[in-house]
Amino acid sequence: MKRDNGSSFAVESENSVFRSKKKSFRISSDLFFAFLVRSAGLLTFLLVFLFFVLMIYQGLRVFEFISPSDLLFSETGGTRVYEWYPVSQDPRFSVVPLIVGTLLTAIPATLISTIFGVGTGVYISEFASPALRRSLKNLIDLFASLPTVAVGFIFLTVVATFFSDLFNPASRLNAALSALGLSLIIIPQIASLTGDALRAVPRETRLAAYSLGAGKWRTVKDVVLPAAGNGISAGIILGFGRAIGDTMIVLMISGNADNLVLDPFSSVRTMTATIAAELGEVSPGTAHFHALFFIGLLLFLMSIILNLIVRALVKRFTGGKKEARSV
Amino acid sequence: MLASLFVIALFITGCSDDRRGATIYLKGSDTMVNLCQKWVEAYMKRNDSVRIIITGGGSGNGITALLNGSADIACVSRELFPTEIERAEATKTQLSTTTVALDGISVVVNEKAGISELSVDQLKGIFTGKIKNYREVGGADLPVSLYGRESNSGTFAFFRENILGGEDFARSTHVLQGTAALVEAVSKDKRGIAYGSVGYFIDKPGLVIIRVKTPGNHDSVSPVDSNHPNYHDIRTGRYLISRKLNFIIRDSSKEAISDFIGFVLSDEGQKIASDMKFIPLK
Repeated sequence: MKRDNGSSFAVESENSVFRSKKKSFRISSDLFFAFLVRSAGLLTFLLVFLFFVLMIYQGLRVFEFISPSDLLFSETGGTRVYEWYPVSQDPRFSVVPLIVGTLLTAIPATLISTIFGVGTGVYISEFASPALRRSLKNLIDLFASLPTVAVGFIFLTVVATFFSDLFNPASRLNAALSALGLSLIIIPQIASLTGDALRAVPRETRLAAYSLGAGKWRTVKDVVLPAAGNGISAGIILGFGRAIGDTMIVLMISGNADNLVLDPFSSVRTMTATIAAELGEVSPGTAHFHALFFIGLLLFLMSIILNLIVRALVKRFTGGKKEARSV
Repeated sequence: MLASLFVIALFITGCSDDRRGATIYLKGSDTMVNLCQKWVEAYMKRNDSVRIIITGGGSGNGITALLNGSADIACVSRELFPTEIERAEATKTQLSTTTVALDGISVVVNEKAGISELSVDQLKGIFTGKIKNYREVGGADLPVSLYGRESNSGTFAFFRENILGGEDFARSTHVLQGTAALVEAVSKDKRGIAYGSVGYFIDKPGLVIIRVKTPGNHDSVSPVDSNHPNYHDIRTGRYLISRKLNFIIRDSSKEAISDFIGFVLSDEGQKIASDMKFIPLK
């Protein structure tokens, strides 16, 4: 072992003697690339920071036009109405139906995707034969990179018809249909993250379970899955974040009616679809314009919170492991 | 940042002005995009020294772009809103409007709804959500499922002003992107009802184009005459939901722009409008 190290050292020093003439050039190019990489990193950081500042600034300016309670409900004739209708002659700015709409598509999508995604992940990384595993993994990656507009288009033209023949929903384009569409892109994501989490479980843990006489299924169910629990939860939360943030699928197949309902078979309007459909038309500097930015700010905050949860989970996952090893 | 983009855009147009003549930016109504495309193709065949660039996005977007200088011609399928006129005055921009074609807005239902004619009051009742079942207007026992356009659409604004009398569309209205999506949706949803330029709905399977009743007598007028729009009744306004398609320009416009508009108004330009299932001016 030590001799090997020694010889490789010798080779390296020989090399550096050989290259000594070019040394000055090497240093300057190193510096140049270090500068390039560092400024790229700084620029990205700066852009994200400026983006955040702009979002807060433009979003909070909505309060120059309307009061915070207007974003929750408006009162007509003594009754509270929760409606989003900023282009009406009597504009209403309640974000409540939009948040409910977003959750009504994102939560069912996450539930469906959790069941199928975790199942797929467990099968691929624990039960499939190596050859099958490789091809399934490629297939899953392919699914994860499906353009959402293509998913939306297929659902709009083909799946919506099947769906309404099958369930006879209150409206043909609805939240449940959107949840199915979203699942198509979230299942692969959860499956792939579940696979990663399972593979990160140390081999010794499995061997310990086997040596105690547990079978394959028992080991996976009682040992490997709990050990990978945090990683899998992180994957599910990331999937939920994707479901909230996706725009194209819900814009195309949720129907975009701002009903305040809890029935997943009726049409809903999500936060993202509202921004996408309306930002093009508003004149800058109006209440409507800033209200759209405020919705963007809400989405941004949601994704920050979800990411913090994921970070905490992943930290516990990997941090705990390191501790166990160092002891 | 926007300002610098704008300067760059000016710089680019400046360059092409010197070498190859003017570039005209046309922006606005989605209803008019395909029609404008045809006009531009025909015009550029005869006059290749001018480049014309077309984008859609809705009438409202067109006017915004015209006022901030990023478009030379706004295609607008409705009248200007008072707020838009105020914005033009605030920026000291003189706007002039040229009507380039006419359009009938038709209401369509799925053939299973079992209705073929409606009065303006019934239309208002349906689209504001007061009439919830086709049975109430003499059709099948089916709940109404409303389809409409986003609020930047000129068709949306026109329909709201002229049929709903300024009232809001029902909250349960499905908002789809573009008239073609409405055709698709209503032909597949037996409860569906939608509105849009008549040209989009002619000869589409599964759809019934509604005849609109004239108030005061028992007549009803269809926006369609065999397989083309009903020119006569739309021009005279006997079909009640007709509108003007307009080009709006700044008064200080370049010569190339008025030449293009001259072509659009010529016999050849108007022939193209009727080929595209719109209604020529004469």
